[in-house]
Amino acid sequence: MKRALFAAIFALGVLAAPAARAQSGGVTLIKNATILTVTHGTIEHGSILIRNGKIAAVGKDLKAPDGATVIDASGQYVMPGIIDCHSHIAVDGDVNEGSISVSSMVNIADVLNPEDIDIYRDLAGGVTTANILHGSANAIGGQTIVIKLRWGKPASDLPFEGALPGIKFALGENPKRSNFTPPPGVPVRYPRTRMGVEETIREAFVEAKEYKTKWDDYNRPKAAGEQNLIPPRRDEKLEPLVEVLEGKRYVHAHCYVADEILMLLRVAKEFGFKVRTFQHVLEGYKVAEEIAKAGAGASTFSDWWAYKMEAYDAIPYNAALMTDRGVVVSINSDSGEEARHLNQEAAKSMHWGGLSYNDALKLVTLNPAIQLGIDKRVGSIDVGKDADLVIYNHDPLSVYAVAQKTIIDGQVYFDRERDIAQRAELEKEKKALLEKEKKSAAPAERKDEKKPNGANRPPKAVSF
Amino acid sequence: MPQRMMRRCVGLFAGLGAACALVVLLFAPATRAQGGEPRSFAIKGARIVPVSGPTIEHGTVVVVNGLIQAVGADVAIPPEAWVIDGKGLTVYPGLIDAMTDLGIVSAEAGPPQGGAGAGRGARRQIVPSEIAMGPEDRPGTTPWEIAANEIKPDDKRIETWRSAGFTATLSSPKGGIFPGQGSVIDLAGERAGEMVVKSPATLDIAFTPVGGFWSFPGSLMGVVAYVRQVFEDTKWYEQAEPVYAAHTKGLERPVYDRTERTIARALANKELVLIPGNNDIQIRRALRLIQEWNLRAAIYGAQQGYLTVAEMAAKKIPVLVNLRWPEAEKDADPDADVSLRELQFRDRAPSSPAALAKAGVKFAFYSGGINSPRDILKNAKKAIDAGLAQDVALRAFTMDAAEILGVDDRLGSIEPGKIANLVVADGDLFNEKTKIKNVFVDGQRFEIHEPERPKEPPKGNMTGKWTLNYTTPEGQESSTLDVTMGPDGTLSGTFTGRRGTSAISSAWLSGNTFHFTISITMGPAPTDVNFSGTFDGNSLKGNISVGGFSTEFTGTRPGGGMMAAAEN
Repeated sequence: MKRALFAAIFALGVLAAPAARAQSGGVTLIKNATILTVTHGTIEHGSILIRNGKIAAVGKDLKAPDGATVIDASGQYVMPGIIDCHSHIAVDGDVNEGSISVSSMVNIADVLNPEDIDIYRDLAGGVTTANILHGSANAIGGQTIVIKLRWGKPASDLPFEGALPGIKFALGENPKRSNFTPPPGVPVRYPRTRMGVEETIREAFVEAKEYKTKWDDYNRPKAAGEQNLIPPRRDEKLEPLVEVLEGKRYVHAHCYVADEILMLLRVAKEFGFKVRTFQHVLEGYKVAEEIAKAGAGASTFSDWWAYKMEAYDAIPYNAALMTDRGVVVSINSDSGEEARHLNQEAAKSMHWGGLSYNDALKLVTLNPAIQLGIDKRVGSIDVGKDADLVIYNHDPLSVYAVAQKTIIDGQVYFDRERDIAQRAELEKEKKALLEKEKKSAAPAERKDEKKPNGANRPPKAVSF
Repeated sequence: MPQRMMRRCVGLFAGLGAACALVVLLFAPATRAQGGEPRSFAIKGARIVPVSGPTIEHGTVVVVNGLIQAVGADVAIPPEAWVIDGKGLTVYPGLIDAMTDLGIVSAEAGPPQGGAGAGRGARRQIVPSEIAMGPEDRPGTTPWEIAANEIKPDDKRIETWRSAGFTATLSSPKGGIFPGQGSVIDLAGERAGEMVVKSPATLDIAFTPVGGFWSFPGSLMGVVAYVRQVFEDTKWYEQAEPVYAAHTKGLERPVYDRTERTIARALANKELVLIPGNNDIQIRRALRLIQEWNLRAAIYGAQQGYLTVAEMAAKKIPVLVNLRWPEAEKDADPDADVSLRELQFRDRAPSSPAALAKAGVKFAFYSGGINSPRDILKNAKKAIDAGLAQDVALRAFTMDAAEILGVDDRLGSIEPGKIANLVVADGDLFNEKTKIKNVFVDGQRFEIHEPERPKEPPKGNMTGKWTLNYTTPEGQESSTLDVTMGPDGTLSGTFTGRRGTSAISSAWLSGNTFHFTISITMGPAPTDVNFSGTFDGNSLKGNISVGGFSTEFTGTRPGGGMMAAAEN
């Protein structure tokens, strides 16, 4: 029954209006809630005061200031908004520029689609922030961006302010096109081996370094006042790689098997950049110490594997084992469906591997915030942080938990009650529009023509 | 001169050409009958809508040597002018279709689409003709193609458009990301050179991935990245070229690249850059990129402009509105779910022009692939019904279009000195019952006759997709006819055969007989192919004739046709 209701939300969510009653800059008090702060334990019957989109106070005996909106969360749970470190939602067009092995000139930020229904569905699953990645068809893929799921706002309002942009790398079967055969007439794309993937990445960084040198060689005499210099060309492919070398852009590397994880760490060390996160990283448990030592994060699945050769050696203990070895671990969705129950995905690590309740919560809150460099802003319920919160009717780590309200910057972007209340109205509007269209599309009927009445209506396919 | 006249009439023969011969032979005053077409006209006693000024209820327009010489309530008529009695007629500036490919006949028809002629197309479908491995390979990039150089005056659509009141268009090369540069052309002339008004006028850009999965760019973000790189390269060329030119000794020479040189010249010429943006997401993206790339640009599409008018007004970006409003697919599964968002879009798209006007955004209209030019005005009427003031709608087809395209010094209004492009109608232009009587292009008069057709109401409804089967000297062939029938039996739609897709014209169903014509390129020039026959509710049967050749054909609905029962 609950399941059916939940499904209905997703079916109808398309129609729901965005944060219609949002109170930007207003004051809201959530009271009587079980508050899962992540950083300083659980507060029973606690309150959260939100002012100007930030958490102004957290505690037991907070009073609602005059004019504040009060949300009574009796019997409910509040946790930090879920952060999905690997998402492909909200993209207009293809998520892969799959034609070439280094596609770093393309940028997800150019094609954000704020009307993708998966944003709303993610909100209904408690997600408030997502790292929108390019696909994994290339050794070096496109530029990536962290967004807040501000449903109803234009694309320009989605980017997470101040979050460092990233770039997608990919190792293994996808970039070497193991599972794709080009049609006749199309040359086979290099690389076709894991060795070739490594060589492609190295080659790109050799180019990037040369490119940087070229600009330095131009800028130096120019600064000294020399005239008649022809500048180098701007190269949209190499600019983001220079940013990686300068630490201005994070590397999120799609990977599966242990040896290529070590390979990328070696290449990064050689060229002097950091891998910010390993994504999927299903064999991370085999090289957890090396990952921890390099200061890289790991963003993995709870128990999703064996969908291809390189995903066979996976175990559900991966998240727990890497956590034990000191890696900052998150659980991601990689899918608009999985993103709707990341709370449950996190909970599985308590069963598989025995993570503590709080460490399990961290997998989808504080840890992905650290991985994305936004932990000063989000990831826990602390005074001064963004009021990005989700209210559940049950303990979020239980299978009965259903998100009731999802709040970003203090504004309610998903409200289950409101969603349900709006459905009939939206259905009505839809029906009316369909009727109107039918009427205007039908050729004008002549008066003398008899219309078949309802009972003897001909089959649908025949009517005009 | 008589020879010149003959050529013109032969060239236009179908329908209209005959009319122009009649005009000259029967009605031209004797003093000029020997000399050929008159070069001066006076339309006297007509209602005149100059657009640039208030309507003159009873006035005269004088046209001399292709230009408007005078307009007003009381102007002198030169003695040699051929006087046309304007009683009951309204004179408008000639209409402008602000974005088309009129006159541009692609050398090679596109690949056959689906079903018909199976096997032929299968091989070609996914492999792009050239594999591009990055921006440096310049995929889908031919900015040096200038429409004026490609115009074929015998494109049958030129006459069709003109007969509906359109006297000028922006014509642009098509295909690719940088398809080329558009030219403003007048819709009459024996040679392309006579037709060109301004060229090049625009630098066209489309955000269409051209590479599929196998060639760059295969994604929307790839296209945006590519266009960005091209503008970066252009900027580099603008910087590098003068430095090199002044110091050829001692500097490595810049690599020659046709794309960046062409685009640099277009930008220096202040050509209008055309950027696509139809829904709100695309429009906002276009606004952002226009600013980032620092372009003098217009956005084309704009059908969801009703959601973005504020931003558009703030940026003062002109807009070309596509009049081919979104609608349900003709053969859509009636049980398929359609999102509310999509339904709202279809419902509200025609309200965009009114919203743009209210916000003070300058816009022009374009046909956007509408096959029958009469539907252009019909669709503009939908915008008027959705709140657009009629005079603003008229401006969007005339003065505002001319201003956006940078030809308002020559076109767009009835003012002395401007090109004599006029429409003479027997009533209000946006009234469906109004008939266009005369069209002047460059001062040359075309008398418009309604195509003759039987008056009987249609029996049954031909709307839908048809598969036509016939035998030609090349063997068994089958084609697809995709038509929509209006209440009076008028048919519109497309015909897709081996030679690609073309619009049908002179198309109707009257009683149980139907007719339609397509224009295909056979040899050097477009040729009319006529289809006529009978329709029994389920199937078509008839004759195809082209030149001296004729063959029989049959037509069936691929989805099965049980509609006769519903109709009777």
